[in-house]
Amino acid sequence: MGGLTVNTKLLRQILVGFVRDEVYKVGVRKGVLGLSGGIDSALVAYIAAEALGPENVHAYCMPYRTSNPESEAHARLVAESLGINFKVIEITPMIDAYFTMTPDADNMRRGNKMARERMTILYDHSAAVGGLVLGTSNKTELLLGYGTLHGDMASALNPIGDIYKSQVWALSEAMGVPSEVIEKKPSADLWAGQTDEQELGFTYREADELLYRMVDQRMSREELISAGFDSAFIDNVHRKVQGSHFKRRLPIIAKVSNRTIDRDFRYARDWGK
Amino acid sequence: MDFTVALAQIKPKLGCLDDNMALAEAAIEKGIAAGADLVVFPELALTGYFLKDLVPEVALRLDSPQIERLKKLSERISIAIGFVEVSADFRFFNSAVYLEGGEIRHVHRKVYLPTYGLFDEQRYMARGERFRAFDTRFGRIGMLICEDMWHLSAPYILAMDGAMTLICLSSSPGRGITESEGLGSAAAWQKLTTTTAMFLNCRVFYCNRVGYEDGINFWGGSEAISPSGEMTDRGVILEEDFVLAKVDGGALRRERIFSPMMRDENLAITVKELKRIDREKDC
Repeated sequence: MGGLTVNTKLLRQILVGFVRDEVYKVGVRKGVLGLSGGIDSALVAYIAAEALGPENVHAYCMPYRTSNPESEAHARLVAESLGINFKVIEITPMIDAYFTMTPDADNMRRGNKMARERMTILYDHSAAVGGLVLGTSNKTELLLGYGTLHGDMASALNPIGDIYKSQVWALSEAMGVPSEVIEKKPSADLWAGQTDEQELGFTYREADELLYRMVDQRMSREELISAGFDSAFIDNVHRKVQGSHFKRRLPIIAKVSNRTIDRDFRYARDWGK
Repeated sequence: MDFTVALAQIKPKLGCLDDNMALAEAAIEKGIAAGADLVVFPELALTGYFLKDLVPEVALRLDSPQIERLKKLSERISIAIGFVEVSADFRFFNSAVYLEGGEIRHVHRKVYLPTYGLFDEQRYMARGERFRAFDTRFGRIGMLICEDMWHLSAPYILAMDGAMTLICLSSSPGRGITESEGLGSAAAWQKLTTTTAMFLNCRVFYCNRVGYEDGINFWGGSEAISPSGEMTDRGVILEEDFVLAKVDGGALRRERIFSPMMRDENLAITVKELKRIDREKDC
């Protein structure tokens, strides 16, 4: 699995440089992120602290009453080991106030609402401290669509969006993320005992092996089958990638003029920076 | 003749001509102060790379005040620099200009505009139509812009046109991270520059930019390659740098005596066979 094994020293240099360069060129010096206690946001905190200095990183842990207390403890552990700014903001009052109006809402609606609540808090603090919101979605979950549109998927810039979960694990180890954060089972922590892999129906390692060949190496279905992947698994993952593509794009715009935003009005976001 | 070349591994700002002119002028002054004879800049050094619809807004005519200022500076140091050129008929080229003794000695318009993967150059820019070597105080030189060098015929034509020094101005995005020491794109370039030098018994000066544009990094690693294909000087990876490479003029003479491939290269056979291939091509 050559391609998933990465030179973490070089990767670290690129990602740290990315955060520093892309934050500074906007004219601010700070980064803001949600620290869930999980590995993805822990890694982004490590990258940001190295890029901007720990005093310029503001991390917020935003638990709901059903969140595992261990999550907050792990978030605090990460913040303390880095010396970054850390604050706990409970989202229970806002979430519960909303769902008293629609008590029959299912877990998915509740989970999405929580993710979007956290997003609004991060963007509010982005304005309060004068920093950019750093994204914490990795390539595996972005490709699978395992995230909330305008929720945890929202950010100003994302240092880990082009690295798979397996690579997140490797880089986290290299950067010194606490082992209890690396070793625990990945979870969206929406309800007690929830794990990502249980919900997805396969492990991240399995998904990464397939996605790397499917996306990065552009192997055909026949090639994937002869490489030993189960056809139902290939179809399942392919369906997830295609079905969630809308989450990875800006809203589509009905074209009527000669210059439509993003279609024939094309500028880099770093225009003039 | 021994001389010193400076490779200005700068970080241009996207679409900011004035800022980039200031960067370039500072690097030129630095080169002069360091006793360099020639300073080489990256591709699109005056504009940044992912310009898209900004192309017409940052384009310069060859008689623009910016080029005039650089011409004036070239009385003190020879300069090779990349920019967007606009022609009288409003075509926009990804160009490199070579300035020496207060004059424009040569303009190369990039021929191979990549439009695959993350690239989209030919959507916004017009294609150059020629590869020509030109005379300088360092002997005959040929210029290539980034993707040009990936086409074997391009440095070959320049070498057959008498170039003994190849200058490649580049904005190469870093990509292809694996377990190996360098990025895939850096490793590929390093093979290319050294192999090209070795095949053509030419020295190669490669200048690549650094910085990020919309998350895409440019990896730097500018280098000077001797005519035997040995890397003699290399800039750091991913950070700004200013490489001062001392060029041993005698190395070219010795290499051309030791392995006289260019002397023995048979232009008549090459031309005859290429004409035949062109004739027989199924159109």
